[in-house]
Amino acid sequence: MDFNFDNERPIYIQLVEKLRLAIITAKYPLGSRLPSVRDLALKAKVNPNTLQKALGELESDWLIYTERTNGKYVTNDSKLVKKFRSDMAKDIVRSFISDMKNIGYSNEEIILCLKEKGEK
Amino acid sequence: MLLECKNVSKNYGRKKALNKVSLEIPEGRIIGLLGKNGAGKSTLIKLINDLLVLDEGSILFEGKPIGVYSKEHISYLPERTYLDKTMKVSEVIKLFKEFYKDFNEEKALKLLKDLDLDIETRINKMSKGMQEKLQLVLVMSREASLYILDEPLGGVDPATRDYILDTILTNFKEGSSIIISTHLISDIERILDDVLFIDKGKIVLSSSADSLRKKEKASIDEVFRRMFKC
Repeated sequence: MDFNFDNERPIYIQLVEKLRLAIITAKYPLGSRLPSVRDLALKAKVNPNTLQKALGELESDWLIYTERTNGKYVTNDSKLVKKFRSDMAKDIVRSFISDMKNIGYSNEEIILCLKEKGEK
Repeated sequence: MLLECKNVSKNYGRKKALNKVSLEIPEGRIIGLLGKNGAGKSTLIKLINDLLVLDEGSILFEGKPIGVYSKEHISYLPERTYLDKTMKVSEVIKLFKEFYKDFNEEKALKLLKDLDLDIETRINKMSKGMQEKLQLVLVMSREASLYILDEPLGGVDPATRDYILDTILTNFKEGSSIIISTHLISDIERILDDVLFIDKGKIVLSSSADSLRKKEKASIDEVFRRMFKC
């Protein structure tokens, strides 16, 4: 996983994004056990408290759950993961469209551009 | 509360080095004590470690005044080494073992082995970077409740800085707190829970690191530069 951080944004939010991506791309597969907080914090070179906060956020989204004394696991709910995946796709598309509009492309031109690229 | 400073003042002659500083350090936090040279960082740290006597106010560690008890539980990395450089590493380890009940010799030996450091080497035969690493290993091998690191990154190369940050993160005892004083903020800010800005002997800002980033939409380093622009 890429653990480069941008110091200008809260670190825990960036951790949430990275971990969510790892779940969506099945780098952490459904139902799998996550590394311990301390191991994960070391890997990411962040403070264990910050990581704990990020995990709390994922837990409140039901993407992970805690099994008492046994550690943290990725959800088994594939629908939920798909929903987060499609939300992320929407965000990517939205930002792509806004970038294209910014350089003066019309909706038709954007669609044309996507088709051409897709056919290659 | 792990550490409590109330209205602490310290004067050097007519100069006010610290002016009514109050702060609280809870358990399990990594705190950056950030300020320019001469802002009062080292004075505050020396007072907490009982190396200076305060003029006013009080400092309590786990509710007790600074003294033998606090020294047993605070592991301190000074800005400049106090080790006798004619000693061998093995002799320093023996000294730490005798001095501190919470010193984990096994851990220290393992960390030194990872550094490929022969413990029969004399300190004055080691590079400056290696001396800094040795000092850090000794300090982090104590199972303390509070670690106070005064400029742990000063004067070392970027690779050594990474080693130092890794060693801090890997080795502090769970539930303990760390105070790191530095002016090299960008290298260290991602591991901080909280920041304290100190200027002209006063605490001028106290915040959680992430909420400060959110509020100012900038890195801690950037916020610091804006605030203390010369």
